Amino acid sequence: MTAHTKGSGLKWVGRAIRRLEDPALVTGQGRFTADLPAMHWVRFVRSPNASGKIAKIDAPNGATVITAADLKGVKKITPMLHKFNYKPVGQPVLADGVVRFVGEPVAVVVAASEEAAEDIADLVEVTIDETTPMIDARAALQSGAPQVHAEAPGNVILEGKFKTPDFDATWKGSYKIITVEARSRRQNATPMEARGGHAAYDASTGRVTLTCTTQMPHLMRTAIADVLGFAESDLRVIAPDVGGGFGQKMSLAAEYVVLVWLARKLKSSVAWTEDRRENLIAGFHARDQYITLAGAFDKNAKLLALKTDIVSNIGAYSCFPTTCGVEPLMAMAEMPGPYDVRHYECLARGVITNTCTMAPYRGVSRPVITFTLERLMDKAASAFAIDPIDIRRRNLIDKLPYTSAMGLVYDEATYKQTLEMAVKAIDVPAFRARQKAARAQGRHLGIGFATFSERTGYGSPAFAARGMEITPGWETVILTVDPSGFVEARIGSSPHGQGLRTTLAQIIADEIGVTPDVIKVVHGDTDIAPYGWGTFASRSLVISGGASLIAAQKVRAKLIKIASHMLEAAPHDIMLENGTAKVAGTDRFVSIAKMAREAYHQTHRFKGEIEPGLTETGSYDPPGTFSNACHVAIVEVDVETGRVTVEKFLVAEDAGRIINPMIADGQVHGGIAQGIGNALLEEIIYDESGGILTANLADYMPPTAREIPPIELHHIETPSTTSITKAKGLGEGGCIGAPAAIINAINDALSEYGVQIDEMPATPQRIRAALRASSLPSPLWGGEKGTA
Amino acid sequence: MKPAAFVRHVPRTLDEALKILAQVAPQDGRVLAGGQSLVPIMAFRLAKPAHLVDINEVEGLDRISNDGKLLSIGARVRHAAFHKSVVENPLGLLLTEVARHIAHYPIRVRGTFCGSLAHADPASEWCLVAATLDATMVAKNTRGERPIAAKDYFQGIMSTALAEDELLAEARLPLLASDAKFGFNEFNRRAGDFAMAASLVCYRLQGGKIVEPRVGVGGAEPCPRRIAEAEAALNGKAPGDAVFRAAAEAAASAVEPLEDHQTTGEYRRDLVRAVVRRALEQSIT
Ligand SMILES: Cc1cc2nc3c(=O)[nH]c(=O)nc-3n(C[C@H](O)[C@H](O)[C@H](O)COP(=O)(O)OP(=O)(O)OC[C@H]3O[C@@H](n4cnc5c(N)ncnc54)[C@H](O)[C@@H]3O)c2cc1C
Repeated sequence: MTAHTKGSGLKWVGRAIRRLEDPALVTGQGRFTADLPAMHWVRFVRSPNASGKIAKIDAPNGATVITAADLKGVKKITPMLHKFNYKPVGQPVLADGVVRFVGEPVAVVVAASEEAAEDIADLVEVTIDETTPMIDARAALQSGAPQVHAEAPGNVILEGKFKTPDFDATWKGSYKIITVEARSRRQNATPMEARGGHAAYDASTGRVTLTCTTQMPHLMRTAIADVLGFAESDLRVIAPDVGGGFGQKMSLAAEYVVLVWLARKLKSSVAWTEDRRENLIAGFHARDQYITLAGAFDKNAKLLALKTDIVSNIGAYSCFPTTCGVEPLMAMAEMPGPYDVRHYECLARGVITNTCTMAPYRGVSRPVITFTLERLMDKAASAFAIDPIDIRRRNLIDKLPYTSAMGLVYDEATYKQTLEMAVKAIDVPAFRARQKAARAQGRHLGIGFATFSERTGYGSPAFAARGMEITPGWETVILTVDPSGFVEARIGSSPHGQGLRTTLAQIIADEIGVTPDVIKVVHGDTDIAPYGWGTFASRSLVISGGASLIAAQKVRAKLIKIASHMLEAAPHDIMLENGTAKVAGTDRFVSIAKMAREAYHQTHRFKGEIEPGLTETGSYDPPGTFSNACHVAIVEVDVETGRVTVEKFLVAEDAGRIINPMIADGQVHGGIAQGIGNALLEEIIYDESGGILTANLADYMPPTAREIPPIELHHIETPSTTSITKAKGLGEGGCIGAPAAIINAINDALSEYGVQIDEMPATPQRIRAALRASSLPSPLWGGEKGTA
Repeated sequence: MKPAAFVRHVPRTLDEALKILAQVAPQDGRVLAGGQSLVPIMAFRLAKPAHLVDINEVEGLDRISNDGKLLSIGARVRHAAFHKSVVENPLGLLLTEVARHIAHYPIRVRGTFCGSLAHADPASEWCLVAATLDATMVAKNTRGERPIAAKDYFQGIMSTALAEDELLAEARLPLLASDAKFGFNEFNRRAGDFAMAASLVCYRLQGGKIVEPRVGVGGAEPCPRRIAEAEAALNGKAPGDAVFRAAAEAAASAVEPLEDHQTTGEYRRDLVRAVVRRALEQSIT
């Protein structure tokens, strides 16, 4: 790597340098939780039933099988919100008398190997007196529905309500009301590495080290120490290399609590590696929502008011630390999306059911609300007989900053510009001509647009609006130049694939005039890293990046002080570049390595004017910033089978200053791949009794490389004024826009049949069923009536 | 997802293999070929065989041979062997066309032709080939060997005429007439997944008319089979859109479709209609 740093005019920020974390990963040197040896292995015995009382647990003689009865003094996991009529419900780490979903841990088997533990688990018999399970959220809302938790009458765990003044008058006075009934089916984030943990007891200190595949090591430490009732300092949590998380690994796994309890009990090491089946049935789910959304428009198709009813199936318990409020409350706050709409009414409910607990999944509610809102816009366009692009032009926010009806402040963005950029790049007229020609040959092509805002990098004030007892937000970075002149940044974020070791190094490198390869970004160990919130919600580059910049500015100031001392020059004449401090206009310089030696080993020369050492701390807690994008999908629908092929995907996006374009593009690509899964393939299906029918990757279908089309990306960089690096987050955007764009494209392709696909995933079965139900002539047999 | 304990036997000769199989079969002893179906089933503990007779070292089972009438495929021949044509006959091209639809590359390198027939997944492409072309399965045990015709061989979902102590030593496929036409089509939701419906068609043209039609459908019923109604719709007719549609419709109404939580019988018929017509279309392009 050549040095292009401050002073030479070229910066590291903005360059597509290769990821510093990759050499180890691509040569098989990654270190994952399951690589650790252990004295004991565990297997969880999971509930075979969705709902009922545990009558009996029979274990084979001589086996070590732990149940709730053994866990005296262990508290329930009980996350808390202080608003929205939230009903705290506790989750016992092993089911205590009652089971509430298929897959809930009921007992844990301890043995010398994974195989032996599984052999014993096979012999443990759990007898359950079944009660009627509530699987579907709408069914659970019906009066007289069985109660999943006594604490939450009517199965409603929280209820958000909002209404702007004058809403009713605006609604009544509007010209047209358009409604969409959207359904989002349940999904699993499906990280490549499922969950797993390894807890080891250290007899000399009495401490336990829990290595686990988490996005939030410090929060795991806080939670587990709370639930087990001991000092946090007696627990060290390590997140080694983590094979993807997508939100699933930011919530506390009850299994980890059990592992730490066992390590303390056995005074030894115990490990658990979740298998794919466990992950699919019990590793947290997401996006199971019903949303009714109506928009009131004036004569010119300008949106005046939105009214929405959000029903979010949050599963059997409330996830820690965010609580189950993440889905319904985000949907409530952000439903109006990128559109200028002054009147808004919302009812958002979290509904408890006998299904796997919901946890955040990349984008959380945004893929669903964007899908719903973008379906509404397309339906409205058709009702007004205008182009879907035009209705967006008429309604997108263009005066910024903008305060939404809910009071969110949207910073500088390019909603209209990205739309126009995408429209131009995809060449709509050429597509329409091609669509027509294809139709003449019996083929059905469609184009779909999705414009959206992505709220990113938000600090504690944004979370505080939800009334969370545990309010995330800020980040801290401790930056040290060590005596050898190498740089170490200890961060509270916990990247697991996002490339932060590279992007933070780029930010720091520019500030202190070194190359990124001398900077080590250290994370994922509560004994080493400062307390922090981990990595989620498109936050880390903005918040940890901001904290890195603040710490680097402080180190920079100190380096300049030291250099001015050593070079006997005025501070404002000192420039930091290429690993040295130079006196401007002279050939006098001193290397950072030399200054570092001085800072640690020759401090007497500072005569008390400079503090010893070279460590500075930066913390950052920003208000948040909105990225934005327009996604366009071109699809072909095979009307005979319902198959959808995504032919092309195009994105015009603005995420503020781009620190590393290659990493940014990678985030968008990956998100779109997941969005394609969400749009077309992935669905957790329960049967009526609460059993899961999709417990392997043949039945639960993430897309393969062959379902991902070529993706074309265009960027606009609008520097954010609410983020000190001027960067916005972009980790979730790919999967936020993709389902809406793809399903709008499907509807475009099928417009002549009058079908409305308002459900994700839009599976071939659903598309065929819709076509079959359509009263219009069947395309199948030369335009005759369809076989009903 | 760790299998229950088992003993693995590694015979070197067919006799040895049959002997061991005879001994262990009563304790749910099973043949292990490519392991691409058996191992996942064991990992899920849906099967807990106490013994595995691993045939991967057995001499002679890796052969593909042809006597001018029949193509014989030994028990160790992998799916990937058919990535290139194995015989100078339209059958070679047919097998190549079909092979690429089976699973993914790494699975094709391990999984075997005969293993697919023994496993008898309703959606297996090789089972469809065997049923459509009226293959003969050669079963062996310590007492001898017996040929089993395809129509007697497939007995239900993952159920065949093989006895528990029988090894499927080879499968024999009739070579096709040199002017034979064929087409294959399948529907699945992702590349490499098992088909939700598949069709293989094969016929000859005499004076521009279809003769000796074979229309096989897989993935739609418990076993793959030839659909007489569809064949009748083709027999003696000139190939063309209307005839193909009629045959497809005949197949769609003839099947007794498998249903599952996502797939209604109606939808399965839609797929059968589509794959049969598309296979027929492919036969003339
Ligand atoms: C992800 C995935 C996708 C797949 N997709 C497809 C697909 O699209 N189409 C498809 O057809 N298959 C598919 N398969 C299955 C694959 O083709 C298997 O290889 C095949 O079904 C079995 O062959 P095998 O040699 O691996 O048999 P094994 O797994 O070793 O054995 C399967 C069964 O057959 C028995 N058996 C095997 N050989 C013999 C023999 N010679 N005599 C008697 N019994 C025997 C075994 O005892 C066992 O019961 C897929 C597999 C996977 C993992």
